[in-house]
Amino acid sequence: MAENKIIDGRNTFCPGPLMELIAGMKQASVGDVLELLSTDDGSAADVPAWVSKIGYELLGHEKVEGVWHIKVRKTK
Amino acid sequence: MRILIVGGGTGGTILGNNLARRLSDEISAGEVRLTMLSASDKHMYQPGLLYVAFGQMTPDQLYRDQASLLEPGIEFHVDPVEEFHLDKNIVKTKSGKTYEYDILVIATGARIVPQEVPGMSEGAETFYTEESAVRMHKRLMEFQGGTVAMVVSIPHKCPVAPVEAMFLLHDFFKARGIRDKVKLRYQYPVNHVHATANVARWAKPEFDKAGIEYETLFNVKEVDPVNKVVYSEEGTEVKYDLLIAIPPHRGMETVEANNMGQGGWIPTDRFKLTMNGHDNVYVIGDATNIPVSKTGSAAHFEAEVVAENITSLIKTGTLVREYDGKVYCFIEAGYDRATYNAFDYVNLPDLKPPSKSIHWFKMAYNKMYWTTVRGLL
Repeated sequence: MAENKIIDGRNTFCPGPLMELIAGMKQASVGDVLELLSTDDGSAADVPAWVSKIGYELLGHEKVEGVWHIKVRKTK
Repeated sequence: MRILIVGGGTGGTILGNNLARRLSDEISAGEVRLTMLSASDKHMYQPGLLYVAFGQMTPDQLYRDQASLLEPGIEFHVDPVEEFHLDKNIVKTKSGKTYEYDILVIATGARIVPQEVPGMSEGAETFYTEESAVRMHKRLMEFQGGTVAMVVSIPHKCPVAPVEAMFLLHDFFKARGIRDKVKLRYQYPVNHVHATANVARWAKPEFDKAGIEYETLFNVKEVDPVNKVVYSEEGTEVKYDLLIAIPPHRGMETVEANNMGQGGWIPTDRFKLTMNGHDNVYVIGDATNIPVSKTGSAAHFEAEVVAENITSLIKTGTLVREYDGKVYCFIEAGYDRATYNAFDYVNLPDLKPPSKSIHWFKMAYNKMYWTTVRGLL
């Protein structure tokens, strides 16, 4: 059964939000949705670029009260 | 009050020594009992492995007897924990003993799992164990020319190690007089040459200057050691003559075996450093799942916070402070230059230009570590 998980990458610089998301995806099962929380504006561009290249599905991408919420589904 | 520290690495040892000094009166009076359980009677200075791989340290320089590093107030046993019974405040060890505690600190660290990437164990050199670092050095000395490729798996200890290794490779082959016969290729998982923006901004022009080629968004999927090709999850491939891999890591097997955290990483409050749902269980160092670097430096600063809090809790019943995400890491930029990466949850790293003085400070720190781990520095 697919799960929804939060990856809390707020206020973290090293290794940083995208690395936390990739590490989380490695642990996830196909179909799982991970929501990355990030206060780093760079993540707003970096995560979609990685999602596009690896072929996962970007479900959501918005900034709410200073925090980026980026939802990604593991599709393979 | 029984305090039990599980793990005798950087975090556990600094914490134990710090507590033993702060609580020396209580320990002498028998009011506090401080016990450490470790899997080994030796303590390794893990950052030294990089220098072993480049022939700048020998393996014997990495070790001290663990017992020699500990304050007398610590009861030390080489007896790894196999079972955590957090609901009963006990652990059971390999020897069959049971230890009760009032406060537990888990500092069990991380382990490499190259076997999770098909072909990596057979096809790649690395420097995350003594044996592999020695072998990597031998391979580097034998190398006569061709492509040396670096691939980086995540999560991994020491986020700046891949960058440092590339600069050291550049200077190593220059020193051997064959840099012109060696193509250095660096593959990295995210869109930049390092996950930390300021490190990437600094390293990219340095790579360009050193003639180091790079490919980003490369998450290693599989190594073909026969045809010497490494493939990425993103669908690209790189041919190599010598492959150096940063292997993927997991938390320790005992953590996974006790279902304490996915991947062996224990869910931990990033400020309090307590295990989620267990206020009398602290977790420090690589064993946590908090989003900071898996480094000795993070373990060091976390250990100080936990030591101060446990001490204050015993003496006054009140906690003192929270962990602010502080990390300080040297970054070797070659044989004779280095910079450093210092940051916390609020302040971004602000890299200074590499200098000889920072490099020599790092060289000195390689010795001074033994005072740090005793809780003196």
